[in-house]
Amino acid sequence: MEQKTPLYEEHVNSHARLVPFAGFLMPIQYTGIIEEHRAVRDAMGIFDLSHMGEFRITGSGAVAAIDRLVTNDVVGLQPGKIRYSPMCYPEGGIVDDLLVYRFHDHLMMVVNASNIDKDFDWIQSHLPDSVRIVNVSDDTALIAVQGPRAQMFLQSQTDVDLSSVGYYEAVVGSMAGASGVISRTGYTGEDGFELYLRPEDASGVWETLLGRGTSLGLKPIGLGARDTLRLEAGLMLYGNDIDETTTPLEAGLGWTVKFGTDNFIGRGVLERQKAEGVRRRMVAVRMEDRGIPRPHFEIRADETRRGELTSGTYSPTFECGIGLAYVDTAIAKPGTRVDVVIRNHKHPAQIMRKPMYKREGA
Amino acid sequence: MAGDFPDDLRYTESDEWVRVEGGEAVSGISAFASEQLGDVVYLQLPEVGKRYGRTEVFGEIESVKAVSDLFCPLSGEVIAVNEELDATPGLVNEEPYGRGWIARIRLENPAEAESLLEAAAYAQNTTERH
Repeated sequence: MEQKTPLYEEHVNSHARLVPFAGFLMPIQYTGIIEEHRAVRDAMGIFDLSHMGEFRITGSGAVAAIDRLVTNDVVGLQPGKIRYSPMCYPEGGIVDDLLVYRFHDHLMMVVNASNIDKDFDWIQSHLPDSVRIVNVSDDTALIAVQGPRAQMFLQSQTDVDLSSVGYYEAVVGSMAGASGVISRTGYTGEDGFELYLRPEDASGVWETLLGRGTSLGLKPIGLGARDTLRLEAGLMLYGNDIDETTTPLEAGLGWTVKFGTDNFIGRGVLERQKAEGVRRRMVAVRMEDRGIPRPHFEIRADETRRGELTSGTYSPTFECGIGLAYVDTAIAKPGTRVDVVIRNHKHPAQIMRKPMYKREGA
Repeated sequence: MAGDFPDDLRYTESDEWVRVEGGEAVSGISAFASEQLGDVVYLQLPEVGKRYGRTEVFGEIESVKAVSDLFCPLSGEVIAVNEELDATPGLVNEEPYGRGWIARIRLENPAEAESLLEAAAYAQNTTERH
């Protein structure tokens, strides 16, 4: 039986189509993926992300302990700042990709819904006795508002000066009458904010924001459009594009791997991979005909298999098929012509610079 | 939209509709199917002039989310396809029984249509799948 988020009733009332996802009944779409996608690109959208996992980490040595678990730097993270990072196995494969929030007296980790139990066990088994981790996922609702109008609109619903909250920064404050954590983060390629709230406050905030934002173009957005938005923005989805068989370097996440002084789990393998160079690399792919790539479709160059799609969909912005794929490093250069095999037929495509979509001014 | 199944049409369990007109039939996909698929972005239409058997795959329909096969609802030769869908595949969502039609078939055996579901039976069938 799937869990319901604190916003389940709101989704039912707005006639969302609900599907099981990572153990939750989640809205896949409200009115239609293309319409919802365009609302986020042109105005703004509101997302229920309460299925995501949140851990609270406290105690002496918490920062050093988490720093050792993730490839990015946490020691140098100032309170109020956020870092995206893979968390790796000793062999270099990825346990999960996540966010680390640093606050004055604790850390918050935000993990993929499908990995909550696995991550919790993994992290807990690597913490010293002085550090405590609590899974607060069921006590945390998460609402995102994303799009070019997000800041302007949300500013009218809070006393927090949102212009002082930089990208990947968080503050504690009140939004639409409820207090929580407000962070400038997202998974759409647009500017926007994510609101971590108490579950009992979630429906009030959702209703208030939707009620006041509709005239500005605010629409509820389901997981369907979340996927097309993140793909255009070149953002990975754990389980599709990255998993325990792929490394951050292969995935093009080298910028999140800090070899400096940091002795993180997986460092040895990743250092060797960096020195030797990766054999395959994640790239963005854009179709040159009407074909639509899907996960596991083969990529060929010169009639030879050279890679495989890990995500693929129709892009409402570019009005063609796009995807992410691992390909041999030799053909990973943007501009390279390849073929995608769609049900036994070759369709022309091109390797693109990632991300394909970049908002104006970003 | 779901539950919108005109009485003058017959339906297949794979969600095609047909309107029999003498020895020919026009076909498309039902409002239920188009709603389940979501935004249709591409169709691989059947080949004009080719003969297909009933339930044979004769095309593909691709939505943002996924691809599905199109099944030939009645045996016969495809004599026309809706070329408007090339430029505006969304017609399948907007007017599944009108401008979103997919193929016109010259029937091999018009009596075959009697075996297809009537609107009420098809409506019941979709309810069970909700």
